[in-house]
Amino acid sequence: MSGAATDVLTPVLTDNWDQERSWTLAAYESRGGYRAVDTAFAMAPDAVIDAVKESGLRGRGGAGFPTGMKWGFIPQDNPRPKYLVVNADESEPGTCKDIPLMMASPHTLLEGVIISSYAIRANKAFIYIRGEVLHVIRRVQRAVQEAYAAGHLGSNIHGSGYDLDVVVHAGAGAYICGEETALLEGLEGRRGQPRLRPPFPAVAGLYASPTVINNVESIASVPSIIGRGHAWFASMGTEKSKGVGIFSLSGHVQRPGQYEAPLGITLRTLIDLAGGVREGHELKFWTPGGSSTPLLTGEHLDVPLDFEGVGSAGSMLGTRALQIFDDSVCVVRAVLRWSEFYKHESCGKCTPCREGTWWLVQVLTALEKGDGTEADLDLLLDQCDNILGRSFCALADGATSPIVSSIQFFRDEYVAHLTHGGCPFDPAAATLFAPAGATA
Amino acid sequence: MTLSQQTYGELEEIAARYPEPRSGLLPMLHLVQSAEGRITPEGIEACAGLLGVTAAEVSGVATFYTMYKRRPVGDYHVGVCTNTLCAVMGGDAIFDRLKSDLGVGNDETTEDGKITLEHIECNAACDYAPVMMVNWEFMDNMTPDAAARIIDDLRAGNEVHSTRGPRIVTWREAERVLAGFPDDLADEGPAAGPASLVGLGLARERGWTAPSSEQGSAVHDDVPEEPEQVEQAAADASPPSSEGATVEKESGTSETAAEKGDAQ
Ligand SMILES: Cc1cc2nc3c(=O)[nH]c(=O)nc-3n(C[C@H](O)[C@H](O)[C@H](O)COP(=O)(O)O)c2cc1C
Ligand code: SF4
Ligand code: FES
Repeated sequence: MSGAATDVLTPVLTDNWDQERSWTLAAYESRGGYRAVDTAFAMAPDAVIDAVKESGLRGRGGAGFPTGMKWGFIPQDNPRPKYLVVNADESEPGTCKDIPLMMASPHTLLEGVIISSYAIRANKAFIYIRGEVLHVIRRVQRAVQEAYAAGHLGSNIHGSGYDLDVVVHAGAGAYICGEETALLEGLEGRRGQPRLRPPFPAVAGLYASPTVINNVESIASVPSIIGRGHAWFASMGTEKSKGVGIFSLSGHVQRPGQYEAPLGITLRTLIDLAGGVREGHELKFWTPGGSSTPLLTGEHLDVPLDFEGVGSAGSMLGTRALQIFDDSVCVVRAVLRWSEFYKHESCGKCTPCREGTWWLVQVLTALEKGDGTEADLDLLLDQCDNILGRSFCALADGATSPIVSSIQFFRDEYVAHLTHGGCPFDPAAATLFAPAGATA
Repeated sequence: MTLSQQTYGELEEIAARYPEPRSGLLPMLHLVQSAEGRITPEGIEACAGLLGVTAAEVSGVATFYTMYKRRPVGDYHVGVCTNTLCAVMGGDAIFDRLKSDLGVGNDETTEDGKITLEHIECNAACDYAPVMMVNWEFMDNMTPDAAARIIDDLRAGNEVHSTRGPRIVTWREAERVLAGFPDDLADEGPAAGPASLVGLGLARERGWTAPSSEQGSAVHDDVPEEPEQVEQAAADASPPSSEGATVEKESGTSETAAEKGDAQ
């Protein structure tokens, strides 16, 4: 029942974004908003968890862990309070879906927070939003106020006897706080350095209490799953990657933006919808799910963008952050810049990452300037080998992705920097305001 | 400068939002910046006193996060995204232009105290690249000229609006909202910018929708769970390397990040 009959684009989460004042409670309720809360309250909490399991929803924050299963790990016999924490740190380079979702429809997220908290039996939920998005924070703060005033939050919600309080928490600038255990450290008022797992947050998370941490888009998917049925959700997508997701196209396409589609759509279709690659240029490389997912190329246009498809192409679906780079872009420059990002954002807790990301930048910088030798490419790969899987958290693994994949696909271009004595590309040609006639 | 009684009260109010007061520290430091224009020693002492932790601990937190500033920030914090995608699309050129126009380097403030310029990392707006943030409001689809004009307007005291948000408030006013004291601007600006709506627009144009739902029918059927399937799904879904990663515990290195934070 999946695939064939489904439309190419399937707006669910984005469906109300073009509505007049869509962020307000009035607009949201006028479309049936907060009714899924009552559907959930008529079910036992465990039945809500089962429905989310049956829907096949997998985490939309990158790793794709089954959401219902994660909820099921909460030990209900543990006497400590349970918590829901929404990960709204959205900082993975290329990722830009949660921010517009919270700006346009914060109530979708809040409705999901209520249902999810009810399911895991939490009476307190936190929304941890990166600090650098002021207006989004305003919209979520306002939505929480409105929801309290309307009786969607607080005590005895909708007369159900269920109580929930929500706190909106602004972060302060640290990519690593997107990592779930570092986020908890930040939420406890500490430096955002990841914790040893196990214990996993489901067992000992916030204040050492059972805690579910989910991405914004995961939680925002819950109202439609409960309201429209898990079978409806599971009717979209592919066998092991069910439902819809927001695909974010950026870079050298005619119409960058958000495209909500069943999982399994291809980049070829998406680029086509986006009006093609920039006029007069060709696709060179792209990230399927942010800078931490290995680069792919024009060979991979027909890879189904689901967890399995992108995995078997040697990368990861990640956050569906499709950054498109055309033939005007120097891959070495791109990779160096990402590497500088990882070096800057390494939290410093473990040696392979702290020292390794520093060394990667040193070697890449020299290569980009045309200094060094071809042996440096093997040195880079060797360094990556010493970082991957040897670090405390996945930030360091992500740092190796662009390097290893770019050497795999574009070794010649690295070598060209050496023979050319520097970068053979004109950076002006890649800009949006490229002067006419600028060439790569 | 000493903190006002009102600020002390508000710091306490923040801490009281949480089951454990220390959870309030990040927003409390935002409030300190709002009140003081930067993270001051007094602000650190105040937070430490209220939370019953040492000033060194608070300082360690303040230096970890890039939004906290030791040096005074101008009325307008201007962040130019120079992460790869924006950089390539023009962010590098914009940042160079503003540095030379303003005569400042990264993380420096103009002499008139108006503008602090910084290059920033991906701000989750890549579909609007190149992106600039003014006091953490979106300035989408920038060019060097457009960015320079915005800076001129800010310096001249003209009202400036975010492309996806309200009129720009001062940095200190913005920090107050981040501390959890909302202003009344939530209803200004659009629901979404044009790029956020392209897919939706296409779907409308072509009559594409999600399948219609069989309301209520699906929720109550009890599908028996097969344990093998569940385990398989868990195995399939575990992140490729992080779970299997060799874990290294090194408590002795924990100062480094703070030092790095300082250095950058
Ligand atoms: C370095 C790093 C950064 C991350 N950043 C985010 C983020 O910004 N947002 C997010 O939802 N998940 C992020 N994650 C993934 C989280 O650790 C976690 O898997 C996720 O929030 C779980 O939610 P989900 O199951 O709903 O996807 C990041 C992970 C790592 C290692
Ligand atoms: S891998 Fe990097 S970011 Fe993760 S804990 Fe180690 S130093 Fe910190
Ligand atoms: S790379 Fe600039 S906003 Fe994402």
